[in-house]
Amino acid sequence: MEPFNVERIRADFPILQLQVNGKPLVYLDNAASSQMPRQVIDRLVRYQTNEHANISRAVHYLSETATAEYESARSKLQSFINASEEREVIFTSGATDAINLVMHGYGRKFIKAGDEIILTTLEHHSNIVPWQMLAEETGAKIRVVPIDDAGELLIDEYEKLFNARTRFVGVIHVSNALGSINPVKQMIAFAHAHGVPVLVDGAQAVPHMQVDVQDLDCDFYAFSGHKLCGPTGIGVLYGKAALLEKMQPFKGGGDMILSVTFEKTTYNAIPHKFEAGTPPIAAAIGLGAAVDYLSAIGMDAIAMHERDLLNYATDQLNLVPGVRIIGTAKNKASVISFTIDGVHPHDIGTLLNQEGVAVRTGHHCAQPVMQRFNVPATSRASFSFYNSMAEVDALIAGIRTVQKVFE
Amino acid sequence: MADYKALYQEVILDHNKKPRNYGTLAHASHHAVGHNPLCGDHISVELNFDRECIDCIAFEGESCAICKASASMMTAAIKGKSRADGEILIEEFLAMATGKLDLDGPNHIGRLAVFAGVCDLPTRVKCAILPWHTLHAAFNSVASASTEAEADPMHGPNGNAKT
Repeated sequence: MEPFNVERIRADFPILQLQVNGKPLVYLDNAASSQMPRQVIDRLVRYQTNEHANISRAVHYLSETATAEYESARSKLQSFINASEEREVIFTSGATDAINLVMHGYGRKFIKAGDEIILTTLEHHSNIVPWQMLAEETGAKIRVVPIDDAGELLIDEYEKLFNARTRFVGVIHVSNALGSINPVKQMIAFAHAHGVPVLVDGAQAVPHMQVDVQDLDCDFYAFSGHKLCGPTGIGVLYGKAALLEKMQPFKGGGDMILSVTFEKTTYNAIPHKFEAGTPPIAAAIGLGAAVDYLSAIGMDAIAMHERDLLNYATDQLNLVPGVRIIGTAKNKASVISFTIDGVHPHDIGTLLNQEGVAVRTGHHCAQPVMQRFNVPATSRASFSFYNSMAEVDALIAGIRTVQKVFE
Repeated sequence: MADYKALYQEVILDHNKKPRNYGTLAHASHHAVGHNPLCGDHISVELNFDRECIDCIAFEGESCAICKASASMMTAAIKGKSRADGEILIEEFLAMATGKLDLDGPNHIGRLAVFAGVCDLPTRVKCAILPWHTLHAAFNSVASASTEAEADPMHGPNGNAKT
């Protein structure tokens, strides 16, 4: 394999050539959404130019082409996460949609009053709110795994939460707010020893590392395409076939049925049972192209470059007086939340933008994490494999400019 | 392209560092708390009328520099004004923050014109107007204001910061 060449990779991303406020764009908001390489953009154009029709319906050439390409994308996603079967890959509109699918399809069928659902303090709102809605509807209870001052889950406390009423575990693989990589494999094994299924929210994990759902042995794994160099409006729910088959459909409509009369409707087999209506065909095919692109670079090479970025950025931030990194887990993805003494995150965000540096500021849809660290909000720099060391320097220079303004 | 730094002028940075009328009042006839749920910022505004005019006013809370400076300068501008004049100033400030006020025409904006640049930063408009929402709520003895509340008569399409 060729050595990792960040400049060659950057050339694949047209948007990275942008100037913002007269400065080269330094895009460090990849945890919110990543950018798209030309290979994916071109694939979308080729689909819309030569291949588009509705899928799984007509017998004409275009419909057959679109169907084949859509199913080929499913196969690529299956390989990408090493699912054992294609039908275990359900296309959704994103990670949020995937989690809601599990809440409706599994939760509403199998979780009853008095049952307990275990979540963690690190969850994104998308893996909290659906379960709260379920708890309100059914009378189930939510138990929460606490974290320590580094932003690591307290695994002893997690294990103590299990009892005879525990029915489900939802855990974020990589914290979007802090970058902590959680020991999900170990947590899944413990839950399974108690007969409890586990959903992993992998939205922040799949862009950074090789994920193998069979190795993890997770029951469900959810992620979004747009954080993975793919389009918005597409995501994946991986589920073990045996569980997916037991679940009730989430949305009703076309494609998810075998036959419909006003007396009785027979549902289609998985994955189609969960893909009602015309799916985002182009987006799915674009996501297929995105995982081809990432696989060609290699997720291990990506993880190594991002580790270098994380270490360098962490060291540089620690050298700036008044900057405090929130989240110092031993095992982290390339996501850094930080505060600057005396400067509100929104002011940091606006002033960094003036320097062309795009960071996220706010609570990162993880208010329980902010409450745990007693901060209303943080600034977050999240790095992708196409970021360079020079961009870390631009961030640090930007932070010094912010501090100068607020001196 | 607007010069974003223009917003962080000396006067705004000064009011952020040394906010005027910061704190609470022993006896407030009107008060309200304002929240910006998008960033978790909140401020409270307390005031007292002496007959027709605002006799004293104070604010406190957690917020960014834009919001704090806006609140500080608001309290300085509003002191001694009648409620009717206060309402006019609220209207004018909101119009300015959303780029709808003709600064060259007749208005009462005065030194508050330093916030005119915020209209070029849709995600920051809410920071600047939160104190004014809250003042409006206090005038009307509404217990709390929000930049997001649909029922809030001051609610306007100011752009949405994504969470």
